[in-house]
Amino acid sequence: MKPFPQRPAAGIDRRTSIKWMFAAAASIALLDENSLSAATPASAVGYGTDPDLQKTYKPGDLWSLTFTEDQLRTATALCDTIIPADSISPAASTVGVPAFIDEWISAPYPEHDQDRQIVVEGLAWIEAESQRRFQSDFGSLILRQKNALCEDICLVAKAKPEFKTAARFFKRFRDLTAGGFYTTPEGMKDIGYVANVPLASFDGPPPEVLAKLGLA
Amino acid sequence: MPIITSDKTQPTYDVIVVGSGAAGGQTAYTLTMEGLKVLMIESGRNYDPVKETPMFQTDGQAPLRAANTPDKPMGFYDSTVDGGWAVPGEPYTNASADPTRQFTWWRARMLGGRTNHWGRISLRNGPYDFKPHRRDGLGFDWPIGYDDVAPYYDKVEMLVGVYGSNTGLENTPDSSPGVLLPPPKARAGELLAQQRAKKLGLPVVPIHRAVLSVRQDADAIPAKLHPGNPKAQRLLAESMRSRAACFWATECGRGCATKANYQSTTVHLPPALASGNLDILTDAMVREVTLNAAGKATGVIHVDKKTGAEGRATARVVVLAASSCDSVRILLNSKSARFPQGLANSSGVVGKYIMDTVGAALGGHIPLLENLPVHNEDGAGGAHVYIPWWLYGEQLAGKLDFARGYHVEFSTGRRMPNVTTGANLEHLTGGSFGRQFKEDARRYYGASVSFASRGEMIPNENCFCELDPVVKDKWGVPALRFHWQWSDHELRQVAHAQKTFAQLIEAMGGKVRQPPAANPLTAIRPGGNVKHEVGGARMGDSPKTSVTNSFGQTWDVPNLFLGDGATFCSNADKNPTLTIMALAWRMGDYLIGEMKKGNV
Repeated sequence: MKPFPQRPAAGIDRRTSIKWMFAAAASIALLDENSLSAATPASAVGYGTDPDLQKTYKPGDLWSLTFTEDQLRTATALCDTIIPADSISPAASTVGVPAFIDEWISAPYPEHDQDRQIVVEGLAWIEAESQRRFQSDFGSLILRQKNALCEDICLVAKAKPEFKTAARFFKRFRDLTAGGFYTTPEGMKDIGYVANVPLASFDGPPPEVLAKLGLA
Repeated sequence: MPIITSDKTQPTYDVIVVGSGAAGGQTAYTLTMEGLKVLMIESGRNYDPVKETPMFQTDGQAPLRAANTPDKPMGFYDSTVDGGWAVPGEPYTNASADPTRQFTWWRARMLGGRTNHWGRISLRNGPYDFKPHRRDGLGFDWPIGYDDVAPYYDKVEMLVGVYGSNTGLENTPDSSPGVLLPPPKARAGELLAQQRAKKLGLPVVPIHRAVLSVRQDADAIPAKLHPGNPKAQRLLAESMRSRAACFWATECGRGCATKANYQSTTVHLPPALASGNLDILTDAMVREVTLNAAGKATGVIHVDKKTGAEGRATARVVVLAASSCDSVRILLNSKSARFPQGLANSSGVVGKYIMDTVGAALGGHIPLLENLPVHNEDGAGGAHVYIPWWLYGEQLAGKLDFARGYHVEFSTGRRMPNVTTGANLEHLTGGSFGRQFKEDARRYYGASVSFASRGEMIPNENCFCELDPVVKDKWGVPALRFHWQWSDHELRQVAHAQKTFAQLIEAMGGKVRQPPAANPLTAIRPGGNVKHEVGGARMGDSPKTSVTNSFGQTWDVPNLFLGDGATFCSNADKNPTLTIMALAWRMGDYLIGEMKKGNV
């Protein structure tokens, strides 16, 4: 088995991944030879089971994207409300996170279909709510207004009943924004990932780490 | 002799080896180094890790931040080619619709098979593991003991390169002096676990993995492995000198372009090819073993996966090393008047008693690991420590409610950020966003741990595979149908493991992410899901109750051998790959002797 430790199923829980696994195995098992190609449309438009692992991919390289100009504007403003610039790193939109989210929700795989619906509907709700409260599009709001809107939907458990659906969207959108951001060079530097460089030796934790843990 | 196409095969070979992974690679290596002419047949495409491995690529360079998809179920950069839980055109089925009785089957269609992406965890079976029935009356004993395999464990460890340490712990064998490479230093979270586990009586020790922590001794090892064979010594020394030591970056599951870890494609196959004694036919799926009138194997029929054309290859001996269930499938599909129940199946045991490893996990958050000073924790691209099973005495004394043990694998540290980094932190952050979220993400990065059990499953009557009466693959070859059911031993083991992990996380000052499952059936990973499926054609002392003798030679057809995990009689908590390689080498030595004597 691979490998434990293995990367966590990205963005999906164990139940979802197992569900896929069975669904994929069963759907192929039930088909005869002739219907097989027709029944696996995902691989026809996804990157397939033997993609080039060396090249660098950009959103839009593999499948067409979803966002309209308006949706992109809302997504950009929301990404930057979640991850704004600070003294350590730039805002999410500066490093291409909205385009990553567009790539994500446009991908031809089952989980991504769900996210497309959640994100497209969620962005529409943000705009509608922004108009209702402030008579302005979300991107034009001042920071205090953006934060006030997000405060109501930032935690599913605490959201009022009328905000529950929006809160579930916000959770998903925040997770995607974070995943998109911290996988960029700027995001990795921000969070303190300094590895992925060749070393002559692996020396274990430095003394200050051992001291902090009481292991010195 | 090289990678060839079907029209370039020789009229006949000494040995056909079906499969190119741990078993096929080791078998081909052992035989070609001793001068036998071998044809290896692989169902997937040619694959060269030196050219194809994505070293240093970050998730930001991949589609979807390298997330798992149905096309690449273990992530974009996992080395698996044309594989996963479902292989298009190559179905399998489950007999039961009950979600707790499913078997999942991971396959990789590529040269080197699953050795390209495996975890490199290389643990020896101990003396108890070969005689489990003798110890507790359950399952089956092997026809061999630890002493029969120990010299081959040493040889394989020297050949592939394994880091680790000798601990002297019960049923956790030491390697001979000088065999193991030095283990890497533990990471921060691993050290914290080690310190806190002591109070619970859990021994945290260096794990054994097939990664070169230092370069191999190319001057000394070849002579030890191939005494009296200067050509083999020279080829192995050249191969060893082409392997670099680990540079402490890049996950091993991607494969390794510098050959610092073991995969068949960088360790077994290059010297075997350099010997001039190996032909490799790729994209060719073996459908059956052919027989002559006397009932001896004459070769195989294979299907060219690109064209569908049928081909034949002939040899004095056939070795199936296609992976346990694929080897079983070939036997069951090789039906004849002489063998109406499938080849080498006069015992009726082919397909029976398949086993996986029992797996469950539990994760938690460790406040002590928050806000640690920035440092590099990539390490050897996998774990540095583990907990071997530690309750042999209690089990023997009847103090536990399950038989057989598990070891504990760790996931800790400041790993390369992926698409889940910063996700699902609300239980800690209260749902922060904005500048506060950025601070929270820095604080909590690297502060979670996860422990996973890898435990022994006892073979049972309800876990087997057979040919599906209806479903066939796209070339018309009957598919496998699986039956699966855990016994109470596995379920109670999983409950024990989760309880232990919760105690360990609390001992580290942490909090579990979720409490242990009330129903262990929701915690145990589905059958096959740990990808350690073995058994299905077990070895034994008697043709009546087993498929092969202790050397993998089938009782019914003396020139047909099984080289992979199909012959396993039990599946100890120790990951099976190292044992598969040791048994394949042992089989190869026996086969060479029998061929020299004219017995096969």
